[in-house]
Amino acid sequence: MLDATPKEITDRKSGGMINPAKTCQPIGAMYAALGIHSCLPHSHGSQGCCSYHRMHLTRHFRDPIMATTSSFTEGASVFGGGANLKTAIKNVFNVYNPEVMAVHTTCLSETIGDDLPTIIKSADVPEGKLVIHANTPSYAGSHVTGFSNMTKGMVQYLSEATEETKKQQANIIPGFVNPGDMREIKRITEAMDIEYIMFPDTSGVVDSPMTGKHEMFPKGGTTISQLKDTGNSKATYALGSYASADAAYHLERKCKIEPIVLKTPIGIKATDEYVMALSNKFSKEIPKSLEEERGQLVDIMTDTHFHFHGKRVAVFGDPDIVIALTEYLLSLGMTPVHVLTGTPGKKFEEEVKEILAAAGIEGSNVKAAGDLFTLQQWIKNQPVDLLIGNTYGKYIARAEDVPFFRVGFPILDRSVHSYMPIVGYKGAMRLLEMISNALLERQDRDAAEEDFELVM
Amino acid sequence: MALSKHEIEKRKKALEKILEAYPAKTKKNRRSHIVVRDTSEGAQEITANTRTLPGIMTNRGCAFAGCKGVVLGPIKDMAHIVHGPIGCSYYAWGTRRNKAKTAEGEVNLINYAFSTDMQESDVVFGGEKKLIAMIDEVVETMKPKAVTITATCPVGLIGDDIGSVAKAAEKKYGIPVMSFNCEGYKGVSQSAGHHIANNVLMQRIIGSSDLEEPAGKYAINILGEYNIGGDSWEIERVLKDIGYHVVSVMTGDGSYEQLKDAHTAELNLVQCHRSINYIAEMLEEKYGTPWLKVNFIGVQSTAQSLRDMALYFGDPALIQKTEEVIAKELAQVEVVMEQYKKLCEGKTAFCFVGGSRGHHYQGLFKEIGIDTVLAGYEFAHRDDYEGREVIPNIKMDADNKNIEEIKVTKDEKRYKLKIPKERLEEIKDKIPLSYYNGMIKDMDDGTFIVDDLNHYETEEFIKLLKPDILASGIKDKYVIQKMGIPSKQLHSYDYSGPYAGFKGAVKFAEDVTMGFTSPTWNYIVPPWKSSPTLEGTVTEGGE
Repeated sequence: MLDATPKEITDRKSGGMINPAKTCQPIGAMYAALGIHSCLPHSHGSQGCCSYHRMHLTRHFRDPIMATTSSFTEGASVFGGGANLKTAIKNVFNVYNPEVMAVHTTCLSETIGDDLPTIIKSADVPEGKLVIHANTPSYAGSHVTGFSNMTKGMVQYLSEATEETKKQQANIIPGFVNPGDMREIKRITEAMDIEYIMFPDTSGVVDSPMTGKHEMFPKGGTTISQLKDTGNSKATYALGSYASADAAYHLERKCKIEPIVLKTPIGIKATDEYVMALSNKFSKEIPKSLEEERGQLVDIMTDTHFHFHGKRVAVFGDPDIVIALTEYLLSLGMTPVHVLTGTPGKKFEEEVKEILAAAGIEGSNVKAAGDLFTLQQWIKNQPVDLLIGNTYGKYIARAEDVPFFRVGFPILDRSVHSYMPIVGYKGAMRLLEMISNALLERQDRDAAEEDFELVM
Repeated sequence: MALSKHEIEKRKKALEKILEAYPAKTKKNRRSHIVVRDTSEGAQEITANTRTLPGIMTNRGCAFAGCKGVVLGPIKDMAHIVHGPIGCSYYAWGTRRNKAKTAEGEVNLINYAFSTDMQESDVVFGGEKKLIAMIDEVVETMKPKAVTITATCPVGLIGDDIGSVAKAAEKKYGIPVMSFNCEGYKGVSQSAGHHIANNVLMQRIIGSSDLEEPAGKYAINILGEYNIGGDSWEIERVLKDIGYHVVSVMTGDGSYEQLKDAHTAELNLVQCHRSINYIAEMLEEKYGTPWLKVNFIGVQSTAQSLRDMALYFGDPALIQKTEEVIAKELAQVEVVMEQYKKLCEGKTAFCFVGGSRGHHYQGLFKEIGIDTVLAGYEFAHRDDYEGREVIPNIKMDADNKNIEEIKVTKDEKRYKLKIPKERLEEIKDKIPLSYYNGMIKDMDDGTFIVDDLNHYETEEFIKLLKPDILASGIKDKYVIQKMGIPSKQLHSYDYSGPYAGFKGAVKFAEDVTMGFTSPTWNYIVPPWKSSPTLEGTVTEGGE
């Protein structure tokens, strides 16, 4: 497995990727658009992108992922894709009839410079229906950037400050997380007794129930009227700066709403920060029920600290998730020795190094815009007790014989994960259980017969 | 089951009704891509391989997917460098199940994804430098036998000359470095990518070794077989048992080392006609090697294909051995297939897959008692639907005419007739030599043949025909299951397989039967929806 990866690390100057730890913008935009109720995502490019993005999202969520494409041909690629998009808009509203079409771009339409606002303005959009867009060039950033851009597009097109005074209502941008996480963030916010609008919100869309009927536009998703009303909220909680901050700042500029940028609430500290930030702004007491959950989590952490203490971990994935997860691993007493994201941005390295330094950890490898080839080489040189990341990590785990557990996007080889949270105190408990299971199962597997334990 | 004239007319009317939802231009277009099978009409024509309607929600992919994802990707000892932004390489990484294994000490790069990860500056200033540096890194670190460079959408637009880069790298390293201009917007589907891959492999790899004679008796190549879920290994198991020498497989578990000897085979088998018929034709033109259309999907088709091969070689010992092996294999599978048939008999299926399985699997479905009531391809051409005899009548349209057609000429030194001319004449009416019959002729009256089926039509045809199972791909799978209908992925086999050959047929039958018999379907309707639960809501005489 991955036998061609040498242990010796040579400087790679090309800037190319071998086994990437990121993918391209449009898939993030497609995912964000699915978080609008009755929305059909549309990919303005050649159709291969759209098929690939639908395919990958479908495999992660095991649910239908609906999206259309402009299906560029060579002619359109040279002379512009305006006619393709106009035809698409006509076909989409006639045949599929969504409330809104959310258009994103690809490297093709970006390279030729299609002017989407102009094309959309001159298109035949039925009365009462909407077409919004976001530019998502695949050659910049990653899928997380694409999510951020489409979320910002929602603000640009829809958010309106229509009321004199701001409502006692929070905007929550959950970031590029699973519907299970979005549900959990909502539950916590509801437990705090705070009115809120979450956007985008894919719960009820990509985790929809089996009813014997296929709903083209499932019950879930933030509604258009909610999206408009985000302009009247008191504050925007942007969870995960890479995925959510841009939209929050744009909402500040457009509708004067205070942006509160926090970590994705993974682990005890980040969840505490989210709960306290809600409490502060809305003058709400933190309810006993949440305090009890937190206490349970700490109880488990102390009960099992010996499972984790000093264990060396390699973690990779999307920056918002990895930053918060690293912090949580530290709070369990673990040592993150390799921390990597494929998404570019120096901020990742700064933030992770700061967190590590605060915990007194030195000499760890931390890298943004890295790839799994690098990660594997790091592990060959400085072995770890555990690898954490998306499904692509399984090849390294096998090659280097490291226990592995799956977090993030995409997870293509296990099910149920997208329904279950990793955020909040509940999510932290689940993470703790999964990490501990991975470590203890390995211990069981490797133990000499006489060292095989009943109680652990 | 063939329908009566009256029933066929009813279906034609139902089709018109389905099409009514479309805007006028869309309706006219889609009408020409759908045929209701009616033998009384004689040879039926279908429109295929034309541009996709924007916004229709097609299942199609692009030329890059057809070239890198399908044809090149499975070749395990080459490094496939994708020149473009990260997505294209990422999505083609491990997602098609073209299995490959390597002997100790050989290069196997099947689990790697190489991308130049083009950035904004590369789009502005060109990405050639980065590509050159990437080739250096990959060749020096990975020691591949050859390198492919595949272009993605922006590459053609910004004018990166990947051909020159390849040439220079080839000179520097002394291994083949090949460029493929398979930008995603070329052609109208994956199909363009097949053609582009075929051209370069034929020009650069196939026949590039010094070998003049095959290393074994009854030497064959298996063309258009990608070893999904181990298909090709199951086919090879039987072929080797009979005594064939498999020179190369294009390209499942394929290698540079095998491909360069492919000219030495005496017969080329074509499994997927769409993706590889170009190479099959060119091998015949250049080396005089005939090709035989085979179908290793289904017990009967596999047996028939083996008999056709034996007839081609004409050696009585080979024919006898073929019959022995068939008898041995049948003895193992027939009883088991009968068991599954009992559970599947009388059911109906849709069979909508890429460019060949839409046809191939119909026979296997039939073997377990399932009738195919609708079938189609994403990206096949008219010859795959109507048979190769229509090729002279196929008009090239503007979207496809830029795909290069290469001409090969007779290799004066190596060209030879593999079997005597008289024999060839004698058998050519008995077996499909250099000929493919197409899908339509094998379908019953009243069935639907749909090209580039889209989501709307899938839902409408399900309502009309109420199939018991749909065979298609991942993008459809959960849509179909949400409707309470089992769905069988015929691209990825739902991570099962092999489905080819004798044992594969049994595995397929087992998986399909599992789809029907799984208890999970029984829970869709909550019990409180079918029986009252609120005590006291039904009272006699009221309060």
